[in-house]
Amino acid sequence: MAVAKTTHVPPARHLLRAKDLADAHYAEPLGVDDLARAAGLSKAHFSREFRRAFGESPHGYLLTRRLERAAALLRTTDRSVADVCFSVGLTSVGSFTSSFTRTYGLSPTAYRARFPPARAHAVVPGCVVRAYGRPQRSTFREDSRPAPD
Amino acid sequence: MMRISTAQVWVHDQDEALAFYTEKLGMEVRADVTLPEMGNFRWLTVGPPGQEDVSIVLMAIPGEPVLNPETAGEIRNLMAKGFAGTVFLTTDDCRASYEQLRARGVEFTEEPEERPYGIDAGFRDPSGNSFRLTQVRQMAPA
Repeated sequence: MAVAKTTHVPPARHLLRAKDLADAHYAEPLGVDDLARAAGLSKAHFSREFRRAFGESPHGYLLTRRLERAAALLRTTDRSVADVCFSVGLTSVGSFTSSFTRTYGLSPTAYRARFPPARAHAVVPGCVVRAYGRPQRSTFREDSRPAPD
Repeated sequence: MMRISTAQVWVHDQDEALAFYTEKLGMEVRADVTLPEMGNFRWLTVGPPGQEDVSIVLMAIPGEPVLNPETAGEIRNLMAKGFAGTVFLTTDDCRASYEQLRARGVEFTEEPEERPYGIDAGFRDPSGNSFRLTQVRQMAPA
């Protein structure tokens, strides 16, 4: 009887590799084909096995990862919806908007409006706040530069 | 209880820094907001996936009225000399991370080397900030 040349690795290990790829590289133009290739399986076989192992289709998993990141970017940045779409590895703003709305029940714009503006996250250093809080014209004529704080 | 949230590094160009930290180091954007009324001050933070409560703020060197040209010049000087600050990163596999980062065009100052505490390498970001990339040795109890 022939001896196997390679140690048998549990199939789930290959699926996990594909899942890790989705988690780490979702911002790149990555598709289910790439994930299947990372798992070393045909696309159909891969999709079936992935769903069995993780309870979700690889397409669904990748899309959800992207949409969750998009939601975070909508809350914490002032980037346009189109920019957010491209930042998470998606190429069609129309598809992104539809998928997002279907998943979150609100369009990206409406979702963003539900939260405090992104600027609420900006921790502006004290020296910046004070510098822009000063009157523009110095009232002390003996010193041309603003008085030190 | 107080916790460390955000550490700051000076950067010459926030867009360039953002591309480096996200595309080459694999970090994510945590916040990116520009305030027009504060001279377009841009609060830009990044962090590694999996360390959601820690981030690095990529701070542009402000000009007037926040900093006078002399002080801004002092900061640029320190950066040019490589003394503006260091970020210490850990990794499970220093040699693998080294190969991966080098393939993405990261400039290393020191290749992975054995040290008492583990395997350590050094690189710089586009602004000249130092980075240590360390695979910490598991210490067995005595």
